[in-house]
Amino acid sequence: MAKITFDGIEVEVPDGTTILNAARQIGGSIVPPAMCYYTPLKGSGGKCRACLVRVAAGSTKDPRPMPKLVASCVTPVQDGMVVENTTSEQVLDVRKGIVEMLLINHPLDCPVCDQAGECDLQNFAFEHGVSTTRYQEERRTFEKIDIGPLIQLHMTRCILCYRCVYTADQIAKGDRVHGVLGRGDAAEIGTYIENIIDNDFSGNVIDVCPVGALTDKTFRFKQRVWFTKPVNAHRDCPKCAGNVTLWYKGQDVLRVTGRKDQYGEVKEWICNECRFDKKETADWTIEGPAHIDRSSVISANHYELPVLNQSVIADLPESTQRDLEKNPPLKLG
Amino acid sequence: MGRKLLTEHINVEGIDTFEVYRKHGGYRSVEKALKTMTPDEVVEEVKKSGLRGRGGAGFPTGMKWSFLAKPEGVPRYLVCNADESEPGTFKDRQLMSKLPHLLVEGMITSSYALGANTSYIYIRGELLYVLRILEKAIAEAYAAGFLGKNILGSGYDLDLFVHPGGGAYICGEETALLESLEGKRGNPRNKPPFPAVQGLYARPTVVNNVESIAAVPVIVNDGGEEYAKIGVGRSTGTKLFSACGHLNKPGIYEIELGLPVEEFIYSDEYCGGIWKGRDLKAVVAGGSSVPILPKELILKTAAGEPRLMSYESLSDGGFVTGTMLGSGGFIAMDETTCIVRNTWSFSRFYHHESCGQCSPCREGTGWLEKVLHRLEHGHGHMEDIDLLVSVAKQIEGNTICPLGEAAAWPVAAAVRHFRDEFEWHVTHAKEAAKPGAVYQGKSVLV
Ligand SMILES: Cc1cc2nc3c(=O)[nH]c(=O)nc-3n(C[C@H](O)[C@H](O)[C@H](O)COP(=O)(O)O)c2cc1C
Ligand code: SF4
Ligand code: SF4
Ligand code: SF4
Ligand code: FES
Repeated sequence: MAKITFDGIEVEVPDGTTILNAARQIGGSIVPPAMCYYTPLKGSGGKCRACLVRVAAGSTKDPRPMPKLVASCVTPVQDGMVVENTTSEQVLDVRKGIVEMLLINHPLDCPVCDQAGECDLQNFAFEHGVSTTRYQEERRTFEKIDIGPLIQLHMTRCILCYRCVYTADQIAKGDRVHGVLGRGDAAEIGTYIENIIDNDFSGNVIDVCPVGALTDKTFRFKQRVWFTKPVNAHRDCPKCAGNVTLWYKGQDVLRVTGRKDQYGEVKEWICNECRFDKKETADWTIEGPAHIDRSSVISANHYELPVLNQSVIADLPESTQRDLEKNPPLKLG
Repeated sequence: MGRKLLTEHINVEGIDTFEVYRKHGGYRSVEKALKTMTPDEVVEEVKKSGLRGRGGAGFPTGMKWSFLAKPEGVPRYLVCNADESEPGTFKDRQLMSKLPHLLVEGMITSSYALGANTSYIYIRGELLYVLRILEKAIAEAYAAGFLGKNILGSGYDLDLFVHPGGGAYICGEETALLESLEGKRGNPRNKPPFPAVQGLYARPTVVNNVESIAAVPVIVNDGGEEYAKIGVGRSTGTKLFSACGHLNKPGIYEIELGLPVEEFIYSDEYCGGIWKGRDLKAVVAGGSSVPILPKELILKTAAGEPRLMSYESLSDGGFVTGTMLGSGGFIAMDETTCIVRNTWSFSRFYHHESCGQCSPCREGTGWLEKVLHRLEHGHGHMEDIDLLVSVAKQIEGNTICPLGEAAAWPVAAAVRHFRDEFEWHVTHAKEAAKPGAVYQGKSVLV
């Protein structure tokens, strides 16, 4: 076991635990945001840099601070480590910079994006970013691509978190059909369409995608998510565990997704039959309303008054708070 | 005349053949190490030599070797980094194409020291002709019993392979190189774990630059202490510099570390001064990634001491008034060089070469390039200059691998030392945008 201090709070975790997971054990507003790490996906994390934290003391043995901020999602704890997240101005400042970087080439057209309301980037930018941009150049755009009849890829919104790549590799055993082509800001998710749609678990790439880059074509533009009601349900499925969330509008099931935890992670993958074919209430045993946590606007069922985790707001650096007051978040939708 | 430890025989006719190389004392270090030394004794000599990695970071090679994990029954690997793609750096290519057996010899002796039975040379994909030269040398070494099973009857086995990259600068970063060598996309890995613990195929691995490995035979032959006598302070031995730009005699020079920069640029033994009788404006001393310095600061440190070609002296003054030795790519620019244009050019390179994994580098390198493009082409604003500094700062230190820094440092340094030239590009936008236009004012220091 290793004992660490995270934002002044002590927690004991098994050796080898990452700093991020140690923070998640504490929970609440001190947990660093994560845009690319995804617990069930091996190799994920380290890319978006949203979760950077400051290690003020490396360990009891070597209490020197680490020279650079580290990605909390891939850095293991050491006994006696002291970590600063919301208590470090530097971290909050750098995080603002990360938001800016993620947005410079992002279309920012949430009003016409299917992910709006349940978008990690939207939440991340809202909680940690500033509302203006210094970027004047043209933004990168791509054509939309259909990955079979059920999934659509819109690279323009992609933040290259690689989650779908690992999902295709590890869950949908896609034999590397969903890798990345190209380099730098010209990199894109490449896919040999035919190979992935055949797999029963390919639909999970939609759930892991933190943004509106991979979307469910059977749901696209049917309804804004905050007007739908999430309900947990299950069925006897020969292919997967059959535990899902149904998204209702009135009596109609508009879409089916895996069940996400408070960090947006699906813990049980669902098969394409459950996701795309079972859209009648009669297909399912209903368990009850799904609890949607975090700052998501879905929980408020109202997009114009985004609900923010108050404790997160309190932790924001003054400069961000001032920014927020001066430029209240856009009223979209 | 400085001593030449690596390149003494470089111009000997036929030195690329086993026979001639052997006649000039080649492969002695293999005989000495395998027959009279334990692997740890070889490591000890390298430690004593004070040799520092020639790939860019200058990390002590002996220390790196002693960090190699040695779990029982698990193979270890030595991988030679021959990806050399940094703009301004072209020393390894020369060494490998002229003296292929020196690298092969170094690989054998080093592999023995590390207990590796399989080793790789990962070579830049564009250097296919050098790959052929190396393969021929390796075949000759096998034929002569210096590679393969039971080398020189010592019981030590080694297989050596050359593997070409696909033409990506990022594959010179050691963990991207290992990914690529494994047949994957060349994305740098998150560290820890470090290669010394989990490198190639998740096995303990040492990655060393060509020139670092080429220095090992010399160290083993003459002893680490002898080697350490050359150079100054913690910069021991000799180093290859590839000199290019506006010099009378660009080329590759092996120098004893500690040579004054001024002598290197102006003496006839080395670069022979600035071409066309012009004045020197600035120098990038260690490959495109290191901070640029104006003439005044490259010839003398801020304290007025002569600047020397050594790790310590080149970095004297930190990034405020100093730079880094880096990989030894020495780029000299005369008074007709436009610093903004040059910075933009470097920036284009890093934008093109970013692997795109982490957001600050993927997005930031493109942003820097676009702003620099705007400034150079007469569409810039005064705020853009601080914007460059700010974006560079947002990248620096926040990325997976040092390519982020390599992209940020040159931009930050150019603004630091040549801000007036950037401002001129805004105030005299039309003039500055003309081809060949160069700011003639006085550059401010610091
Ligand atoms: C973007 C990037 C490119 C690099 N390219 C090279 C290279 O071409 N050759 C090289 O030897 N080292 C290169 N390096 C440094 C290597 O990561 C590594 O530090 C070096 O090979 C270690 O060898 P040494 O200790 O002998 O210097 C590069 C590093 C980065 C970040
Ligand atoms: S992906 Fe998210 S941030 Fe981007 S447009 Fe869609 S909702 Fe907005
Ligand atoms: S498509 Fe989505 S999941 Fe895939 S890399 Fe892009 S943002 Fe991540
Ligand atoms: S710093 Fe750049 S090159 Fe290095 S891993 Fe990140 S994106 Fe790739
Ligand atoms: S979540 Fe840690 S770097 Fe993306």
